Amino acid sequence: MDARTHRRPRAVLAAVALVATLGLTACSGGDDGGSGGGGGGDASADAVDAALEKGGEITYWTWTPSAEAQVAAFEDAYPNVKVKLVDTAAAADHNLRLQNAITAGSGAPDVAQLEYQSLPQFVLPGSLVDLTEYGFADLEDKYTASTWGSVTIQDGIWGLPQDSGPMALFYNKRVFDENGITVPTTWDEYVEAGRKLHAADPTKYITNDAGGDAGFGTSMIWQAGGRPFQVDGETVTIDLQDEGAQRWADTWNTLVQEELVSEISGWSDEWFAALADGSIASLPIGAWMPGVLESGAAGGSGDWAVAPMPTYDGGEAVTAENGGSAQVVLEQSKNKALAAGFLRWLNSSQDSIDVFLESGGFPATVADLESDDFLNQESEYFGGQQINKVLVDAANSVGKGWQYLPWQAYANSIYSDTVGQSYLNRADINDGLKAWQEQNVTYGQEQGYTVEEG
Amino acid sequence: MTAATTPRLRRAAAPRLDTRADRPVRRSPGLTIAMTLFLVYSLVPLAWLVINATKTQPGLLDSFGLWFADDFALVDNVRQVLTYNDGIFVRWFANTLLYVVVGAGGATVLATFAGYGLAKFDFPGKRAVFAVVLGSIAIPGTALAVPTFLMFSELGLTNTIWAIIIPSLISPFGLYLVWIFAQDSVPTEVLEAARVDGASELRTFLTIALRMMVPGIVTVLLFAVVATWNNYFLPLIMLNDPALFPLTIGLQNWNAQAVGVGSTPIFHLVITGSVLTILPIVVAFLLLQRYWQSGLTAGSVKA
Repeated sequence: MDARTHRRPRAVLAAVALVATLGLTACSGGDDGGSGGGGGGDASADAVDAALEKGGEITYWTWTPSAEAQVAAFEDAYPNVKVKLVDTAAAADHNLRLQNAITAGSGAPDVAQLEYQSLPQFVLPGSLVDLTEYGFADLEDKYTASTWGSVTIQDGIWGLPQDSGPMALFYNKRVFDENGITVPTTWDEYVEAGRKLHAADPTKYITNDAGGDAGFGTSMIWQAGGRPFQVDGETVTIDLQDEGAQRWADTWNTLVQEELVSEISGWSDEWFAALADGSIASLPIGAWMPGVLESGAAGGSGDWAVAPMPTYDGGEAVTAENGGSAQVVLEQSKNKALAAGFLRWLNSSQDSIDVFLESGGFPATVADLESDDFLNQESEYFGGQQINKVLVDAANSVGKGWQYLPWQAYANSIYSDTVGQSYLNRADINDGLKAWQEQNVTYGQEQGYTVEEG
Repeated sequence: MTAATTPRLRRAAAPRLDTRADRPVRRSPGLTIAMTLFLVYSLVPLAWLVINATKTQPGLLDSFGLWFADDFALVDNVRQVLTYNDGIFVRWFANTLLYVVVGAGGATVLATFAGYGLAKFDFPGKRAVFAVVLGSIAIPGTALAVPTFLMFSELGLTNTIWAIIIPSLISPFGLYLVWIFAQDSVPTEVLEAARVDGASELRTFLTIALRMMVPGIVTVLLFAVVATWNNYFLPLIMLNDPALFPLTIGLQNWNAQAVGVGSTPIFHLVITGSVLTILPIVVAFLLLQRYWQSGLTAGSVKA
């Protein structure tokens, strides 16, 4: 989620400064990264079991709230292993520190959390361990296709999915009902609902978007059918004016230019307050949102509901991933087999996933998504709605073939300077996307990639 | 600094200030209004901080920012700040103190030695040192953070307390201030008299010059303490172990908890923690401000 980068420019500057300084070295090291894969499945899975039995100490960096309970359960199950847990609070600083430790050559953890969108940035310089050699290919069937696709790039397995964020439309049912608005099923209806709501009550907005959240923009392009980034080895193709990107930008132009969206930045105290009192009436956002609403906007309890994402043509349901992360093993780890063992337990054992689910997380594992317990759960916050039925349908209708840039963190950091400017000037978002593309092409070439414009 | 020496020094500096005060007082409604506006502008954020430290997390979101909510939770908030996450805030407080005492204290000692030496001794290359020091003042610490990080990572010092303390020890501005202050406030004749009487250079420095330089040194100390206490960028990129964080990074960490998947906002603790963080600095200013003021004028008059 890139509200983060928007909110803390200093952290971003640091990341950019370092990435800018080190990008070239990082890229040239790309070829020899993650070698040694392709061992026999069973033999290597045995090596992991042996390492777990033998024990040792590993370090784990994460910002997942359930991590402490998960680590405790792991240490109960494997008493010889000691896990040093470092709470890194949120993704932006986490990535910065991880990048710094990798650059420094020491101080990186054995296992770390990484957002799906940041994964390529660490895979290509060879900072992560290809888990194929530990027999992780056998785990493929456990995960949804879209999350497994996110961790398997460049012919390797670079992590195990922790959670997923298929997008759905979260809306404030009370506000919708009070203003006679029906749940929109197409984006045209959504725009219309925005007009109606703001006309009926000028303090209320259909949603918020300050134009700084690249994570939201890319997910929306994904949902609209756009596939602007294609990565093939060292060759990157960028086309931020493909059909899907234009389709999203055209719709959003109307919302922004008619001032139907609130300019409150995501994740600010103002934002939580507006979600609690209904002045932001809906959010197209990832399926992990219920937990966030419960902990951050307790005042809105009973008001909210979930519906499938609106579509552009009113046809078949299609959505995109928004946020979500995997855990990875770092190349710097001194005990990779043990680290892989912890990771395997963390994201594929039922003991661990149950702890994760209890904390309100949205899983990436098919068995949990399809279990009756999960599907029939009635959420009190959502007025008794069985929200997981809607969210699991979303998980099954994620558009295929999406890829992120190998420098997505940098790209996201310049999103508000390009696309965000269109919001600010109430200008055509397509022009902002073109400017974003142009700067990314330049940056990619500077980093030593062959960049083609689609 | 001993209590006995300070009044004498202030008396020495007094005449220069008095000539200004003798000027007839001019009243200007425009200036008064401008100053009042500026005062309000400066104090509103502080008032906001203190008022909101009394609110619970839900109260914070529901109530008007510049007035109290129905619930008064200051005591409970302070207790939560001190105990949240096994009392990590106390740890951050102790870290900050360590960085300030060793870093800012060391910077002051080094600046005092070097500044005095440059002011009172002639040696070849003095002009070059002067140029380098002046040049260093012009470079903001933030610009040096990334090169410093790369250097420290070569040395294997990142993610240790030394990564914060060593860069804090260098204060070109402090050095410059002591230099100017020593030139101004320590008469060379006094030093020569001491030498004639047979005092060693070290003794002359410790028993005579040092005492005359107290206002300047306290000013440098205050500058260094404030800079180290508020140091953000350097620890941000140097440290990754929460157990080593200073308060600035720790609070930022708490603030960041509100962001993204698995968000757990604790804005009320961030605000109450911020109040606790600025308290020592406020106290330091109130206690030492007279040194601070005299130090500032000493520098400006000379320049």
